[in-house]
Amino acid sequence: MGSYVPNTLQEQQEMLQSIGKKQIGDLFSSIPEKVRLNRELDLPSGLSEMEVSNRMRQIAEKNRVFKSVFRGAGAYRHYIPSIVKQITSKEEFVTAYTPYQAEISQGVLQSIFEFQTMICELTGMDVANASVYDGATAAAEAIIMCAEKKRKKAIISETVHPHTIEVIKTYCSGLDIEVVVAPGSQGKTGRSQLEKLLDDTTACVIIQQPNFYGQLEDCEEIGALTSQNGAKYIISCNPISLGILKTPAEYGADIAVGEGQPLGIPLSFGGPYLGFMASKEKMMRKLPGRIVGETKDANGNRAFVLTLQAREQHIRREKASSNICSNQALCAMTAAVYLDAMGREGLIQAATLSMSKAHYLAEQLCKMDGFRMVYEGEYFNEFVTTCPGDVDEILSELEKRGILGGYPLTGKHKGQILWCATEVNTKEEIDTLVAILKEVAV
Amino acid sequence: MKLIFEKGKEGRGCSLLPPSDVPVIRLGEKHQRKQELHLPQVSETELSRHYTELMKRTFGVNDGFYPLGSCTMKYNPKINEDISKIPEFADIHPLQPEHTVQGCLEVMALAEKYLSEITGMDLFTLQPAAGAHGEYTGLQLIRAYHLSRGDGKRDKILVPDSAHGTNPASAAMAGFKVINVPSTEDGYVDIEALRNAAGEDTAGFMLTNPNTLGLFEEHILEITDIIHQAGGLNYYDGANLNAILGIARPGDMGFDVVHLNLHKTFSTPHGGGGPGSGPVGCKAILADYLPSPTVKQDSDGSFYLEYDHEGSIGRVKAFYGNFLVVVRALTYILTLGKEGLKQVSESAVLNANYMMHHLKDTYPVVYPDKCMHEFVISLENLKKEKGITALDVAKAMLDYGIHPPTMYFPLIIHEALMVEPTETETKETLDEVIAIYKEIYQEALEHPERMHGYPRKAAIGRPDEVGAARNPILRYKYNND
Repeated sequence: MGSYVPNTLQEQQEMLQSIGKKQIGDLFSSIPEKVRLNRELDLPSGLSEMEVSNRMRQIAEKNRVFKSVFRGAGAYRHYIPSIVKQITSKEEFVTAYTPYQAEISQGVLQSIFEFQTMICELTGMDVANASVYDGATAAAEAIIMCAEKKRKKAIISETVHPHTIEVIKTYCSGLDIEVVVAPGSQGKTGRSQLEKLLDDTTACVIIQQPNFYGQLEDCEEIGALTSQNGAKYIISCNPISLGILKTPAEYGADIAVGEGQPLGIPLSFGGPYLGFMASKEKMMRKLPGRIVGETKDANGNRAFVLTLQAREQHIRREKASSNICSNQALCAMTAAVYLDAMGREGLIQAATLSMSKAHYLAEQLCKMDGFRMVYEGEYFNEFVTTCPGDVDEILSELEKRGILGGYPLTGKHKGQILWCATEVNTKEEIDTLVAILKEVAV
Repeated sequence: MKLIFEKGKEGRGCSLLPPSDVPVIRLGEKHQRKQELHLPQVSETELSRHYTELMKRTFGVNDGFYPLGSCTMKYNPKINEDISKIPEFADIHPLQPEHTVQGCLEVMALAEKYLSEITGMDLFTLQPAAGAHGEYTGLQLIRAYHLSRGDGKRDKILVPDSAHGTNPASAAMAGFKVINVPSTEDGYVDIEALRNAAGEDTAGFMLTNPNTLGLFEEHILEITDIIHQAGGLNYYDGANLNAILGIARPGDMGFDVVHLNLHKTFSTPHGGGGPGSGPVGCKAILADYLPSPTVKQDSDGSFYLEYDHEGSIGRVKAFYGNFLVVVRALTYILTLGKEGLKQVSESAVLNANYMMHHLKDTYPVVYPDKCMHEFVISLENLKKEKGITALDVAKAMLDYGIHPPTMYFPLIIHEALMVEPTETETKETLDEVIAIYKEIYQEALEHPERMHGYPRKAAIGRPDEVGAARNPILRYKYNND
């Protein structure tokens, strides 16, 4: 049986004696008999490390790692530099608690400060927080930031990731915030429909760029409509795309949020990921979660601390801007190291490669009968095609050959496939994919 | 120390990606980024050394004693890290076909089953990403339960005044009004006050047991019964579960819904603030409302995700939660097993009692007769007599290479220090720490003037927090623009 309790039974006996107790059970005398378990837990017996390792690896083997992935839909396989994995495995970073004791936590605090800076640089915004759970909860928190007494309607474009829409609906359900989904048109947010929904009770409009279907939204025009109406404008963005794509700030957003997973975080079956949030300075005090600020220590040296804590739950309790306490700090550090390693040129290269590969993939796919682009608009690294024949059968043929094909859309988009490519997909891989499809689909 | 932005040179970088093997496509004018993008331009050597420098300015669990009350900073086993990095877990896309992720689903199903047994609950969801997220989810379940019964007037959540700040904050986020319930002088829930507060507008009551004063609520059955009689539900904040593994279960105390902190009780690392994981367990009466999707098993033994259950509160997070954190926690549960889990609590409670016993003649322990896995000291008198605060004492500890306890919590204790040694500390460490604590107290009595100067050996002296909040500098500005 495994154990991480260091003290031997004899030592425990000595300790008990020194505090005037006979047996361990005496320490639990305040637990009433009626609520005691008084039996063993119905769990397996403990195992040695070797046995556990074998057991967990046996379970892991039931999963399949694909050598080629052409699926995104909210989770993206990008190249992760070795240095990212090495740095974020350092024991001090992995095991430290939240940096409440600033004097011995400058490492974590400075890394968060650098992360905040880079999120501001990416999004063009003024301030960023230290992270929230994921892109979906970041969007929901952003909506809560915008709700006012007389403005309690949040308009979400239908083209936002479905999980984000679902999380927003959950978060707003208890808060008297009405959630309205604005219908899409041609794979983008329907502008005329949006215009009809906007009124003086609208708190905010949220769209995703590039959207769930890969299309680039007319963000500037939507931003203009939104601000004319006096509502706040939230853009959920893909951080890699921001190497080349206009920033939320350029599009006129008040708040930028997004899923930071593409920045060096493995697919991980969906988590842990990284929610990031940045805003214009005027909304700074409404941001949820931790924020690190620069200050000086007693000797005038540069120092970093958790700041603006008057927003937070441990001070404000029920009046806090959010209940968030633990965040995704180590994932934020991962993203920071990724951006340090890539630098400006590297990020632009990752974005350009992803976009170029996706366009090559689209072009090759559409040379085949039955594969057609569903939408005509500009896209970054994801796009939707039609499919000749049964989507599931075709994808399962790809699967047999070690390829995770595009994501089969559902509902009114059934029969269509959402494809994705990133810099990790080589031309050879794409050509192989297309060759197989020619064989099985056309 | 310099920021990464103050290091490097124009033109430096790492060579990470190959040139394009397909025609290069550029964005049209309409969507091209015009705003300048500044990111570090550093070589791999500079980057690597930068983080080694930051690492040296970070205090991890292996840097020394780390007795943060209510945080359970136990040792983080290395096998858990290894297992979480297996490509067959780490490199799995969340939207792969179900038959290619049977291992992931089995991890989830096993974790749910074992956590249910440990807490005495019927079902679990692993979706919440942290403790507060779990609280929020659990409160949404309570809300859905009352609404489904047409009981729309229950809009109040009762919370003890000793509760974690997340409790009232989560209740407010779930749309409830918060009613604070006072504690008695002895440190327990004031049962009469609770009885008076509970009524037909009570949606539920939130409690951690042992409570934040380190005491087991001896009248727990009476407490949960008062809430049930009033038509409300009982919520268990699992922050302090480390005290009762295999000994008592929230499900047997009258709790209807619980959240756990896998990053506390189940040894997954804190990562400098996260990621954590906050699974929520509930009794069968709340099953219909759990977040979607849930893991189910077919008659042939295969696992699948069930999406469309009516009545669900919906999603609280994209995908299925902080999966790799759950992998670590499952590894831990399998390692310890039924015997090992119970020993965790026995040893955690013994270590806390040992420390408290040997400190109580020096330090004013608030409830010196007994404690569970943690105990609380109040330095109110030291402050009055010598002008030395809990903060001063905590900062002195830094120079001895140990992490201070949780400070100024619970809020109802003045100048509080809350000590939770955990089960993974040796008797030798406890003895050393006891000696250090006593030495510091002695210094506070004899040379109080020296105490305000601590720490002297840390990377920085005490920071100006007021200045930081008054003139917020929240990012580095290139070109000072």
